[in-house]
Amino acid sequence: MTALRNVAAIVEKEWRHYFGSPIAYVALTMWCLLFGFFYWVIFEQFLRYSMQSAQRMEMGGGFKLSLNDLVISQVLHNMAVVALFILPMLTMRLYAEEKRQGTIELLATAPLTDWQIVIGKFLGALALYVAMLAAGFLNFVLLWRYASVRPEWKPVLTGGLALLLVGGAFIALGLFLSTLTRNQIIAGILGFGLGLIFWILGWLDQPTADSFTKVLAYLGITNHMDDLIKGIVDLKDVVFYLSFIAFGLFLAHQSVESQRWRA
Amino acid sequence: MIEVTSLTKRYGRHTAVDGVSFSVQKGEILGFLGPNGAGKTTTMRILTCYLPPTEGSAKVAGFDVFEDPIEVKRRVGYIPETPPLYPDMDVATFLDFCAKIKGLPAASRKAKIDEAVQKTRVEDVRHKLIGRLSKGYRQRVGLAQAILSNPDVLILDEPTAGLDPKQIIETRELIKALGGEHTIVLSTHILPEVSMTCSRVVIINKGRVVAEGTPDELMQRLKGAAALRIEVRGTTGPVFDLLRGVPGVVAIRPKEDAAGVVGFEVEAEGGHDIRAELARAVVQKGFDLVGLHQTGMNLEEIFLRLTTTDSALESKEVAQ
Repeated sequence: MTALRNVAAIVEKEWRHYFGSPIAYVALTMWCLLFGFFYWVIFEQFLRYSMQSAQRMEMGGGFKLSLNDLVISQVLHNMAVVALFILPMLTMRLYAEEKRQGTIELLATAPLTDWQIVIGKFLGALALYVAMLAAGFLNFVLLWRYASVRPEWKPVLTGGLALLLVGGAFIALGLFLSTLTRNQIIAGILGFGLGLIFWILGWLDQPTADSFTKVLAYLGITNHMDDLIKGIVDLKDVVFYLSFIAFGLFLAHQSVESQRWRA
Repeated sequence: MIEVTSLTKRYGRHTAVDGVSFSVQKGEILGFLGPNGAGKTTTMRILTCYLPPTEGSAKVAGFDVFEDPIEVKRRVGYIPETPPLYPDMDVATFLDFCAKIKGLPAASRKAKIDEAVQKTRVEDVRHKLIGRLSKGYRQRVGLAQAILSNPDVLILDEPTAGLDPKQIIETRELIKALGGEHTIVLSTHILPEVSMTCSRVVIINKGRVVAEGTPDELMQRLKGAAALRIEVRGTTGPVFDLLRGVPGVVAIRPKEDAAGVVGFEVEAEGGHDIRAELARAVVQKGFDLVGLHQTGMNLEEIFLRLTTTDSALESKEVAQ
């Protein structure tokens, strides 16, 4: 009970920090702008395809085009890249700023455990990201309102889950990196660089790869997203992200604790 | 209330705190005195569970800082040297956050915040951003945070550092007022602060306790070296020679030289009162005697004696 209250206090503090400064508004604005922009460009492309397809259909060829496959899933894949850019900038301050400001001493001498602080900070950043996701997904509502053939809602929901999990993984990674330094820029660059490496690991997933490369490829952070975005919920993928997040938080906790010993 | 037993903290090969032991009774204000880098902050950080000790133990209100950190933290209010504040929060929001992480129940939170705000006199900046506050107000907001949960123990690391004289006096009065109700440990390297606010002093140097006692006791202990203060209109050289000639004088230290008046500190053999002899000698030689009085050794000198290595002190006296 106390533990929950403590975590809630930290979440609220982080949330206040994001929204008490321009950070949240800039992040939300850029996110929505990019979300809308990708959506518009991809949708324009879809309209061209469907026109061509309609002509072919008249001639007996062609096929039905799916909004889910050609619009929504494309936009979601692109937004995962945007998350890779934006989230390290939201997480880099989580510990680095407290250390530079000296406020880490306030948290560390309050009757809180390190775990409560780590989880509170993670959830605080995640809450902002959820707000970003929610704002972005409003774009898709238009499809239900205006499209003659409505998209399926299930893949949209699992796609949202995919983005949430990928983002959670970036946030956990960024949170850990932020515990390592008092310099936000360093935490930010590390977060972006390592996030990108985890991304590129996924490219190693070739049918001809040897087993070592396959293991590396398994760590690819976006590969596990593909099925979810298609609407296929494989427990394996969800577990991958949850364990990625848990491991990130664990490292963050260990790092905070060990610094106390070395300090 | 606080029991520190042979506390040691090493950073790599450097020993910051070396076998420090002391205890603080309930309601006492303990001054923790020492030059910069003596280990004051490290000791305080161990007492507040910010750092774990390398060896030895520290108990606050019966709880060990290592075994029961949460229980200790519940009973301790702490301001580090730079008060830890979030510049983008206003004072009310900040104190509300602090009340929450200190686990104050929602029902009494507002009353406690009001009380702390009142005691530290920060009402008029309650809705200002902390980042826009002056240093003095920040220090007070830091103090408000520390006393928020009405803790048994207050640990204040250089609470008056960087304040202007008026603020320093106000802060000292506030600390005095808080004593009795709370057990207070405050660190400082400003000596008058200790004699003004503290009931007991621990002097620490290079990580070791070098003296402990009430300010009076410490002065008494070094009373043997009591001195006389003499001020004479004239120039340093001739007056110095004159004073040296007075029987019973064992040491003379020139103090200051302002507007034609030179001051000396004169140590008499065996602490005898040689004021009459000095006065007579000065007047007979045609100098004007401007002032002459007995000085106990003040804390500053005791402190210097205790924290300066012998060789450094000797070379200083030789130079004079």
